[in-house]
Amino acid sequence: MKDQELKGTIFEILRKIAPDIDPEELEMDDNIREVFGIDSFDFLQFIIGLDDEFGIKTPEEDYGKITTLNALTTYIKSSK
Amino acid sequence: MVEFRMPSLGADMEDGTLVEWRVKSGDTVKRGDIIADVDTQKGLIEIEVFDEGTIDQLVIKEGEKVPVGTVMATITPAGEKISSKKETIPIKKETVITEKAKADAKKEPIKQPLKEGSTESHDRIKISPLAKKIAEEKGIDFSTIKGSGVEGIIVKKDIDLAVNMKVESHVEVTGSKKEIATQGVRAAIASAMSRSNREIPHFYLETRIDMSNALDWLKETNKARELKDRLLSVVLFIKAMAKAINEVPEVNAYWENGLKLKDVINIGFAVSLREGGVVIPAIPNAEQKSPSELMTFLKDLIPRARALKLRSSELSESTITLTSVGEGNVDKVFGVIYPPQVAILGFGNIVEEAWAENEAINARPVVHVTLAADHRAIDGYLGGRFLTALKNNLQNPAEL
Repeated sequence: MKDQELKGTIFEILRKIAPDIDPEELEMDDNIREVFGIDSFDFLQFIIGLDDEFGIKTPEEDYGKITTLNALTTYIKSSK
Repeated sequence: MVEFRMPSLGADMEDGTLVEWRVKSGDTVKRGDIIADVDTQKGLIEIEVFDEGTIDQLVIKEGEKVPVGTVMATITPAGEKISSKKETIPIKKETVITEKAKADAKKEPIKQPLKEGSTESHDRIKISPLAKKIAEEKGIDFSTIKGSGVEGIIVKKDIDLAVNMKVESHVEVTGSKKEIATQGVRAAIASAMSRSNREIPHFYLETRIDMSNALDWLKETNKARELKDRLLSVVLFIKAMAKAINEVPEVNAYWENGLKLKDVINIGFAVSLREGGVVIPAIPNAEQKSPSELMTFLKDLIPRARALKLRSSELSESTITLTSVGEGNVDKVFGVIYPPQVAILGFGNIVEEAWAENEAINARPVVHVTLAADHRAIDGYLGGRFLTALKNNLQNPAEL
């Protein structure tokens, strides 16, 4: 999966958990939770979405590794 | 026959617009059934019924905006004969609601026997001539005001207060449907928080709680769980709070002409809206739910709260509030009590702090918890006991 496709899928998941945000505003190195005010509840839904869409398993200790789009795309590619 | 009235979904609600009837005349209903969608300042709310029976008459029409306490429908209770003779309830378009009817509606909207042919507008309203003049000039409906003069007569002071409240709760409404709903929430917050600040003598207590045990326990239990079943620390906060209320029930009460303890623990859970505003749906009987059950409950509740799609009972039944705006970078939150409740508990962010114990210092995950309480209802001693109970509960997460 190309980076652009990955990004598109990540945006879809973000839109599903927070319909009132525009993921297109996100820069690759922005902190996703801080930019969109994603709380721990929404973040858990986000991780569930990632695991479902990409068929990966994200342990709790990895939550801190996936704060930006850059980090997230690298993480997904290495987990698949 | 019982009357189903426009329910009050909190101290800040004055009226609601019927968007859609979900039932028609002749339908049978049971307790908890959703019978209508009503647009309020808190979004589109599903209105539930609290009795069993058959819908007799739908009194108000879709699209109609009516004050809290207005009869919306009449219901023939189960077991009672349905009258074949259609009697029209004499409700005028601009229904006059007395303070008594409004108060009754807040308690149990429909458990009022219908007096044949009578409306609440027959009650006399006591008001001084000066107060009446000012009310008419300012466009204040004094029928809903409780007088503070001798024998409950409405005096100038009461009208002045009502004028102020009207100004505070007025927010200009323009924009898309979602924007309008959000502005409605803003107006509701303005009204409730202004009242709280005006009427409630708040006092504040703060404690900090070592979260090492709780977080270790969470980590362990989450390891064994599927992702979708993982728990968040907030469910431990909710459960620990509910158990602490069992020990200090005085904090779980309404102040309505005196302290009225509540026999159910319905924790109002503050949900922030990204575009601004907050809604506080209730988690009913929180002390009876396990952390897993609370998590499942929140998964359903939070998205609906954010979309402003809640049920009437969820907005009207909370007995105490929990706010945890601390996520992110806020370490402490000093809440404003949601009237007529008497306490709000605020959780900050869990942060690593230096912790001194047994003459040694180390770093531990810590949460700062504040209690804002109504000093008419409770004192520092009880507040302190409540926070101590909470602290102890969070040290034993496996027992929550």
